[in-house]
Amino acid sequence: MNLFLLNLILALVWGAVTASFSPENLVFGFVLGFLSLWLVRHRFNPDNFNRPIRIARLAGLFLIELFLSAFRVAADTISPRMSFRPAIIAVPLDVDSEVEIMLLANLISLTPGSLSVDVSTDRSTLYVHVMDVDDPEALRREIKDGFERRIQEALN
Amino acid sequence: MIEFIGGVIILIGGAFSLVAGIGLARLPDLYVRMHAATKAGTLGAGLVLAALALEAQSLEVAARALAGIIFLFFTAPIAAHLLGRAGYLAGVPLWSQSCMDELAGKYDPESQALEGEPEPQSTCGPLT
Repeated sequence: MNLFLLNLILALVWGAVTASFSPENLVFGFVLGFLSLWLVRHRFNPDNFNRPIRIARLAGLFLIELFLSAFRVAADTISPRMSFRPAIIAVPLDVDSEVEIMLLANLISLTPGSLSVDVSTDRSTLYVHVMDVDDPEALRREIKDGFERRIQEALN
Repeated sequence: MIEFIGGVIILIGGAFSLVAGIGLARLPDLYVRMHAATKAGTLGAGLVLAALALEAQSLEVAARALAGIIFLFFTAPIAAHLLGRAGYLAGVPLWSQSCMDELAGKYDPESQALEGEPEPQSTCGPLT
């Protein structure tokens, strides 16, 4: 049985019991439902609970990256001397499904300072334009250990 | 209090949009300009919409603002990717201060098929 559906039903029941179907109350009921299902999680496949947590972690990582690098790019843009060094670097890919590559390329593009240019036809390499490079190896490691690993965790 | 927070968020969003505009005007090449246009622009507009969702006293407005943020975040990277790729295929040169281009020579000029790079460079060498 789909746990998400069960959770939705619990939210509706909460709405009925408290006699209010206002959106806030339904969301609160959903959270309560999730917590109560989480309490009896040993009866279900544990993966059902880990996945939403991993997806939330990916979203958190993305938001943090978004803000940190936005300030760096803003500083580079308005500083009087253009002292940054852009480059197009190749990032070897471990993820191989279309959805994972799309997600990775889009997250990279949305993070300031890096922009996906193209994916090789055999899906082995992602080419990224980076606004300021010191150490290409460190950059690749950052992408692979950050977004790529989290995407694999969230989708597998 | 919510009004104050919303106002601060709108100011930050406006500042990012301003930086995006400045970047578009003064950054050195197409690719670097795209960084300013897509990223700072998305974040700026996203923040303004987020503040609207926060301040709006009606759920309708908040839901529409949130939908706007989601659409921005889905469409901006795709547009950026296509513009960057089109620019590269059309032969727009990288800025002379760029330190490497691992995409050089990887496109098949006929089919536009793209080769992979099994051994990427580990140092930012001179541009070839």
